[in-house]
Amino acid sequence: MTKIFKHVQSTVVPLPIENIDTDQIIPARFLKATTREGFGNNLFRDWRYDNQENPKDFVLNHPTYSGKVLVAGKNFGCGSSREHAAWAIVDYGFDVVVSSFFADIFKGNALNNGLLPVQVSDAFLAKIFEAVFADPLTQVDVDLENQVITIASTGEQESFEINAYKKACLINGYDDIDYILSHKAEIEAFEAK
Amino acid sequence: MGQTLFDKIWDAHVVSSKEGFPDVLYIDTHFIHEVTSPQAFDGLRKAGRKVLRPNKTVATADHNVPTWEQHLPIKEELSRFQVETLAKNCKEFGIEFYGLGHPYQGIVHIIGPELGITRPGGTYVCGDSHTSTHGAFGAIAFGIGTSQVEQVLATQCLLQSRPKRMKIEVNGKLQFGVGAKDIILYIISQITAAGGTGYAVEYAGDTIRSLSMEGRMTVCNMSIEMGARCGLIAPDETTFNYVKGREFAPKGEEWDKALAYWETLYSDEDAQFDKVLSFRAEDIEPMITYGTNPGMGIGVTQHVPATKDIDATEQLSYANSLKYMGLQDDQLMLGKEIDYVFIGSCTNARIEDLRQVAKFLKGRKKADNVTVWVVPGSKQVEQQAIAEGLDKVFEAAGIPLREPGCSACLAMNEDKIPAGKYCVSTSNRNFEGRQGPNSRTFLASPLTAAAAAVTGRITDIRELLQEEELVG
Repeated sequence: MTKIFKHVQSTVVPLPIENIDTDQIIPARFLKATTREGFGNNLFRDWRYDNQENPKDFVLNHPTYSGKVLVAGKNFGCGSSREHAAWAIVDYGFDVVVSSFFADIFKGNALNNGLLPVQVSDAFLAKIFEAVFADPLTQVDVDLENQVITIASTGEQESFEINAYKKACLINGYDDIDYILSHKAEIEAFEAK
Repeated sequence: MGQTLFDKIWDAHVVSSKEGFPDVLYIDTHFIHEVTSPQAFDGLRKAGRKVLRPNKTVATADHNVPTWEQHLPIKEELSRFQVETLAKNCKEFGIEFYGLGHPYQGIVHIIGPELGITRPGGTYVCGDSHTSTHGAFGAIAFGIGTSQVEQVLATQCLLQSRPKRMKIEVNGKLQFGVGAKDIILYIISQITAAGGTGYAVEYAGDTIRSLSMEGRMTVCNMSIEMGARCGLIAPDETTFNYVKGREFAPKGEEWDKALAYWETLYSDEDAQFDKVLSFRAEDIEPMITYGTNPGMGIGVTQHVPATKDIDATEQLSYANSLKYMGLQDDQLMLGKEIDYVFIGSCTNARIEDLRQVAKFLKGRKKADNVTVWVVPGSKQVEQQAIAEGLDKVFEAAGIPLREPGCSACLAMNEDKIPAGKYCVSTSNRNFEGRQGPNSRTFLASPLTAAAAAVTGRITDIRELLQEEELVG
């Protein structure tokens, strides 16, 4: 059973940087845990804290910005396949990541953890950043059932794509393994070939 | 209409295909290691599930292991616990484990091919993005997340949507001093770190064809660095000769049967690709990266691009990247002083890499101001290097041969580059902090790294070598 996701309206945390790789999201030295919990403390660790553990000038340390939606520059989640990146983002408290482009493996990992990756156009991404920097209380509304993201203050909208199967999994909390195991006879037939 | 190589292999592994659902794809071998598997085993235990096909799962310890004095217990407690957890999980679920001290231990993407587990036409996954390496054999191989590791353990299958297909051709004769690593760094520099996202990439052309199996693995290894789902190269005599006779390769009649199938594995003349790119081998110089993603690479004689010449929306990230690296707009890379050299990783730690570096280092010494780590990719590579006397050559150059593991590629073990220091590295990622908090990485080929080890600076290998020295 995965986490159920249908709809979120929230303020956002803006991170207008391109090519954010999973080593930034969660550095390798924090991958030594053998459970899925607690990674949020180390989300963007080296951008949040210096080597003396002092907070740096970084958006997660900025009281102005908070919310359940992380908005980032294009090619978010590139690099290592570590699912710990998705776990860290979820554990920190985000339900949605918005970007104009996602790396494949990250996108899959996010969907498997009830974290919705919303891919928007470059123009719409720029509009979100503009609205948030003008007013940090700007909210966005993410409606998975209708596949629409809206900037609440201006009403500007864009639709987004999601694989129909993964959408059903998120809305109903389905598990991939149950789905595959419903093909047990086909798997055995394949192996017998 | 003809089929691409990718589609032939994919179709041969589809267990179920339904409109509106991803395909259920059968996985021939699942490689696992200590970092991305513990939560998957936990998931199985919680759900009361078994590993469906333990004999199709291969485990090793590589990311966390020290590369010095491996016979001693791992000092770092969490690393030791993670490796022990894998050993325990393998025992509980009946999986073969090539742990420390085992003659087959090594970096997961080095041991699969060298043991003859990786073969043409197969499907391979691992909770590690550099699984694309195995595509060099004409196979579908890609990295997966831990939820998917659990999925494959439980079902020997993976839910996957078919990616688009891209062909990247490289034709012509490589300049002297230029190798497989330079080819792939060049391609990524041309199409960016996101240029392959959503695609399975087939590398083709006579330059690719002329590469050894190990060179092909280097190319496919870095497919993920342009975002590609996987990279693959049609198998040929080079491939078959490499696989033949290896520990787990098919033998006798099985071999003949396998070979007959493997010979059908190529993209048909009229196969359609969603995208085709073409490059000239003559345009490729020895490469070096200057920034914080693998797409930020240039020929070693070139200048760092100026921020004003970068796309307006990316100038902020670009300037941050140069600041992190301590480099200026228009700076010449040649002559830049460095502190560390790392020769190793799943990209460049095979026996040919070590031979090439040893050949260059013979009669030379490392620069006094540089720390150099040469780390074999596996126990078998290490033993081969010792049998050939390469360890003596390294020693004479002031470089002890270390023991196998991922080492300084990712700062999970004891081999870390200190803050602010520069490392010329044969690994695959130059991300911020990748080799240690605030470390600075210049990605390059083994030869360019070896040249830097000798001079203590970023160096054009072609200035140190006569062409005849590199041949053979």
